[in-house]
Amino acid sequence: MAILIDKNTRVMTQGITGKTGQFHTRICRDYANGKNCFVAGVNPKKPGENFEGIPIYATVKEAKQATGATVSVIYVPPPFAAAAIDEAVEAELDLVICITEGIPIRDMLRTRYKMQGRKTRLIGPNCPGIITPDEIKIGIMPGHIHKKGRIGVVSRSGTLTYEAVAQLMEQGLGQSTCIGIGGDPVNGLKHLDVMQLFNDDDETDAVVMVGEIGGTDEEDCARWIRDNMQKPVVGFIAGVTAPTGKRMGHAGAIISGGTGTAQEKLAIMEECGIKVTRNPAEMGKLLKSVLR
Amino acid sequence: MKIHEYQAKEILREFGIATPHGIACFSVDQAVAAASKLGGSVWAVKAQIHAGGRGKGGGVKVARSLDEVGQLAGEILGMTLVTHQTGTQGQIVRRLLIEQGAEIKKELYIGLVVDRRNQRVCLMASSEGGMDIEQVAATTPEKIHKVLIDPMMGLTDRDADDIACKIGIAESAMTEARTLLQNLHQAFDSTDASLIEINPLILTTDDHVLALDAKMNFDDNALFRHPEITALRDLDEEDLAEIEASRHDLSYISLDGNIGCLVNGAGLAMATMDIIKLYGGSPANFLDVGGGATAEKVTEAFKLMLHNPKLQAILVNIFGGIMKCDVIAEGVVTAAREVKLTVPLVVRLEGTNVDLGKKILAESGLPIISASNMADAAEKAVTAARRM
Repeated sequence: MAILIDKNTRVMTQGITGKTGQFHTRICRDYANGKNCFVAGVNPKKPGENFEGIPIYATVKEAKQATGATVSVIYVPPPFAAAAIDEAVEAELDLVICITEGIPIRDMLRTRYKMQGRKTRLIGPNCPGIITPDEIKIGIMPGHIHKKGRIGVVSRSGTLTYEAVAQLMEQGLGQSTCIGIGGDPVNGLKHLDVMQLFNDDDETDAVVMVGEIGGTDEEDCARWIRDNMQKPVVGFIAGVTAPTGKRMGHAGAIISGGTGTAQEKLAIMEECGIKVTRNPAEMGKLLKSVLR
Repeated sequence: MKIHEYQAKEILREFGIATPHGIACFSVDQAVAAASKLGGSVWAVKAQIHAGGRGKGGGVKVARSLDEVGQLAGEILGMTLVTHQTGTQGQIVRRLLIEQGAEIKKELYIGLVVDRRNQRVCLMASSEGGMDIEQVAATTPEKIHKVLIDPMMGLTDRDADDIACKIGIAESAMTEARTLLQNLHQAFDSTDASLIEINPLILTTDDHVLALDAKMNFDDNALFRHPEITALRDLDEEDLAEIEASRHDLSYISLDGNIGCLVNGAGLAMATMDIIKLYGGSPANFLDVGGGATAEKVTEAFKLMLHNPKLQAILVNIFGGIMKCDVIAEGVVTAAREVKLTVPLVVRLEGTNVDLGKKILAESGLPIISASNMADAAEKAVTAARRM
């Protein structure tokens, strides 16, 4: 079943009544099997109402009980988004995808602390979401650029992930699942977690790993790949030209203290046997070249 | 967001952290009056700019008379201070901090940052204070001690004492050091700081701990709940283009090159800068127009880039997702007409409604160089910039 989500996944939207939540819930519902997948919305002030036929519940717990949804997607504004994640974790959902950009780090530190030992997985925040092409799309990525296939994609960025997907399509390669894990410093699934899932997935043959400056997630993942990965992985790291000490836009990508530079990441990935390119226009070609 | 040393010290004092007595000044007269008011016979005259490395750059001096305070204040105020963090253009000094001198027995280092890998706030401490801590970390990593802080419990007595002991705080100052470390974490947490650095934290000759320097950065995402910190923003310390960009909700960073980039998404924007470099060019800026770019935003982005006298070409790289390529193309055409482009414009569009977008560009009658992919775009932009 690709990874994490497929056509049988049942999803609730937290923040379904906001402008962003409405817009994207509509588009996701219209994608592939979305009509059957998006079964509930959550808004404590509007229980009993509905959004274009999707019933709204007061709490995540009620939405889960009433519809059997085990996954939630969050479009709640930044000041309240961490609490929305907490609620989904409390309700023991399997997976939470938090699209919201701009959540304070302090809130996320507490939320991640509370998630310890809980079953819920988190994608994001500040991410495009996850798609298993031609089955289900949960998030803000354009569905039509994807096609069902056997390549996994994991990335910290949004549009750069779409770029990787478009390059795969140019090579005639579809995707099993594509995940944008988000660029925030404190987040849920890391490259490493997603890589493990792809490694275990029968429907994934190879993986494109797109990283960026900051942190050590890509390095940790590279070392795991060296020791455990059974499938080819190719990589690209954005930010070779980024100046030190500057925050590059919304990505939360910041280099400090000489660690987490693109050069270092690329060097470690190469040492670990991962084929990397320094040319962001060649991710697709490179992946094609490693297919067995 | 960054603030000045004197502002950071004011915040830290509210959290019970001892600092030398000091007064912020904007003129030589104020500086002399401040020194006189503070009393004593030794004063530090400290340039207040956001960048670090001020001491090495000649922005921190010790004065032993009021005359000397005036003389040094005159030298430092208005000087262009160049440090490893300012870039070659340096930063003009507009504010000073005059502080009472302190009797230093030992210089220590304390830092608080968010450790991404462990998803905790990390307290770092070293007995090697007063110098470049990155150098210490690189050459003698065993002299940097770290403790991860539990977000619910805060810094425990045990961890605080352990760190204090490891960096050589005398027995007699232990209790004071424990309180200081715990208060520092309290300050970090309560203000949504992203960094606190005390370098040096000093042990005085009479065994008290004192924050001789202070640096605080804050999480931009949390400023909405700290109006008192937002008010400390000093626009003189920021890049003019970046301030203008933030007014239009654009994410912009000035760089040294000659090819302006306009991209949607931070990751793709960095990748665009990278590929320009790979093809032998040099990016003039990082510019992320975000997810909901309108014609108006694109126009403002063009204006920003065109203010740069070094600019010799513009590369627009848009991957239309939810944002449709035809809307972006309309924006580019409108912007190009309004700002009277003086440099070649290369546009690469991909994604939703790409054909429609390309048609709009082609039919605009503007000299827009169309590119089929990122590599093609970079190559064309670099070539065009060379011809200028």
